[in-house]
Amino acid sequence: MIETLRRRPGLQAALLIFPAASFLVVFFLMPLFIVVAYSFLERGKYGGVVWSFTLENLQRAVDPLYFNTFLRSARIAGLTTVICLLIGYPLAYLIATQSDRRRNFLLLALMIPFWSNFLVRTYAWLTLLRTNTGLINVTLMGLGLIREPLPLFGNDFAIILGLVYGWLPDMVLPLYAALSRLDPSLLEAASDLYAPGRRVFTRVVWPLTLPGVAAGSILVFIPSLGAFITPALLGGGKSLMIGNVINNQFLAAHDWPFGSALSTIMIGLMLLATLAYFRLVRRRG
Amino acid sequence: MSASYAVELVSVTKRFGEVVAVRDMTLRIPDGEFFSLLGPSGCGKTTTLRMIGGFEMPSRGEIFIGGEPQGYRPPYQRPVNTVFQSYALFPHMTVYENVAFGLEMRGVSREDIRRRVAEALDMVRLAGMERRRPSQLSGGQQQRVALARALINRPKVLLLDEPLGALDLKLRKAMQLELKQLQHRVGITFVYVTHDQEEALTMSDRIAVMNHGLVLQVGTAEEIYEHPNCRFVADFIGETNFLHGTIAGRRQGALEVTLDVGGTVLAQAGQDIGRGQPVTLAVRPERVRLSPGLPGGEVNALSGTVEDVVYTGVATTYWVALGQGERLMVRQQNEQIGAGPVAERGEKVTVSWPVDAASVFAQASEAQAQAAPEAGA
Repeated sequence: MIETLRRRPGLQAALLIFPAASFLVVFFLMPLFIVVAYSFLERGKYGGVVWSFTLENLQRAVDPLYFNTFLRSARIAGLTTVICLLIGYPLAYLIATQSDRRRNFLLLALMIPFWSNFLVRTYAWLTLLRTNTGLINVTLMGLGLIREPLPLFGNDFAIILGLVYGWLPDMVLPLYAALSRLDPSLLEAASDLYAPGRRVFTRVVWPLTLPGVAAGSILVFIPSLGAFITPALLGGGKSLMIGNVINNQFLAAHDWPFGSALSTIMIGLMLLATLAYFRLVRRRG
Repeated sequence: MSASYAVELVSVTKRFGEVVAVRDMTLRIPDGEFFSLLGPSGCGKTTTLRMIGGFEMPSRGEIFIGGEPQGYRPPYQRPVNTVFQSYALFPHMTVYENVAFGLEMRGVSREDIRRRVAEALDMVRLAGMERRRPSQLSGGQQQRVALARALINRPKVLLLDEPLGALDLKLRKAMQLELKQLQHRVGITFVYVTHDQEEALTMSDRIAVMNHGLVLQVGTAEEIYEHPNCRFVADFIGETNFLHGTIAGRRQGALEVTLDVGGTVLAQAGQDIGRGQPVTLAVRPERVRLSPGLPGGEVNALSGTVEDVVYTGVATTYWVALGQGERLMVRQQNEQIGAGPVAERGEKVTVSWPVDAASVFAQASEAQAQAAPEAGA
């Protein structure tokens, strides 16, 4: 048996990859295929599908009513990504330039929020942000600093805040990895060659960490685009994202084919965004 | 502070917390010189170079470049450029972009950059490599890109931090000569850091030998090789025999030393050492003559027994036991084919050397020189 494996490294590789591959085929590729297939079927009366081909769902999904929700979600996810990058880059730089011990401590601190459930943490934000009973508005009004409650809740601001909070570590970790791999003598060389700090950053640090920027951005953008817990709780039922619409199609409207159509379009958009980003990075890097 | 010095360090000390990396260093490097900082790792030579480049700031003292005090100027405001140990070429840029970087940062026009990059690449024999990435070059080629990238800026001083360390022996030898010729051609002052004494001797106009953050001796290759001023320098540069003895007096303007192994020898007095003082005598192996038989009354002759004979091509090395555990290494040039060894193992021989071939160091001052830095470190 072992001899056979030694003689046939291809077989060995196949055996090693088998568990992961079979798991993904059953639990990822099949459902994905089902979702795409459902997009072309008609809805059943009480959920489920009727096996007859139609393009109606996809046509409905690009109707302005829903397409605007797509655009709005993409804008929110894009803003979330940019804000995560603006906050995360300096933070990752700070962590990467510390001594080993402080580095580990800071990375741990970054992960601590993940120890509690995402839903619970989002509820915590709810108690802080709520318009009339939220801690922030109550405090500020109690102190007499404001007369009217600030619009902290039930809008895009609240959603973006929640998403940034939730996905910031996913931005910081790849950036940290990229920055800690950076050879410090390259920065010294740039400085030696008359580049002031600003240009050391734009010409050397930034281009060499672009792969980290791309990885972090994708890791933040994709879950933000499909988010539904955060907009459901912090959007206050008024401000919705495409994730909520899809959620409703499956659980409330029992229109599985239409929910599938929306999902298929979203998967397509994510694929395009990811490809575009990698293209950009490869050209610059 | 005369402007004829390219680099001048005045009482420069550098501390990293408790550790003193460079101690009260004063150095003057004239314009156009190939100057080496030589010493074992941790002796402070790289720290000195980094202070000149502006990557570290002195804790005390002042550094002048071209007569101008540098204070706390950052690297990008200093008229020096550096060739880094690992070359530090920008991996995301082509050879052209790497070499052009300094000029671009200083706002030189596009046409001038193009012309000067072509010149610089020509100078290091890399014309035609403009579009390559550093990862597509050999170690020697990367090294030359690093040189071109620094020299294109026409700095007052070029700083080189063990730039040949990563190359194999053959290439290193070739690059030593090439660097030396290049320096002659461009006429720029080179400050070169190395732990390789042979490299320093080959290339430098002058060498500063460092240990424990102190400059022990500054001089030409010949000066520090032939007239080391302390045991450390004698030991670090080339190979040396050390014999222990006591000053017996003065004779014919030379010091008379009674050796612990017995016998009396004469040696040139580098410093004034009093009678009765314990001393160490340093003799280069190639200055010692070996002859069969017992001494016949010549000056500086000792008798011993051949312990080992090692043939190394250009020379043959003999190990001669003098008694009391002291051994002398003797190296004789192999000038003729088939001459064979002068003496066989176990043979009684006479070893002798000219009066000016030996250096004498007082053991007390040596102890001081080594103890002082350790107290601080």
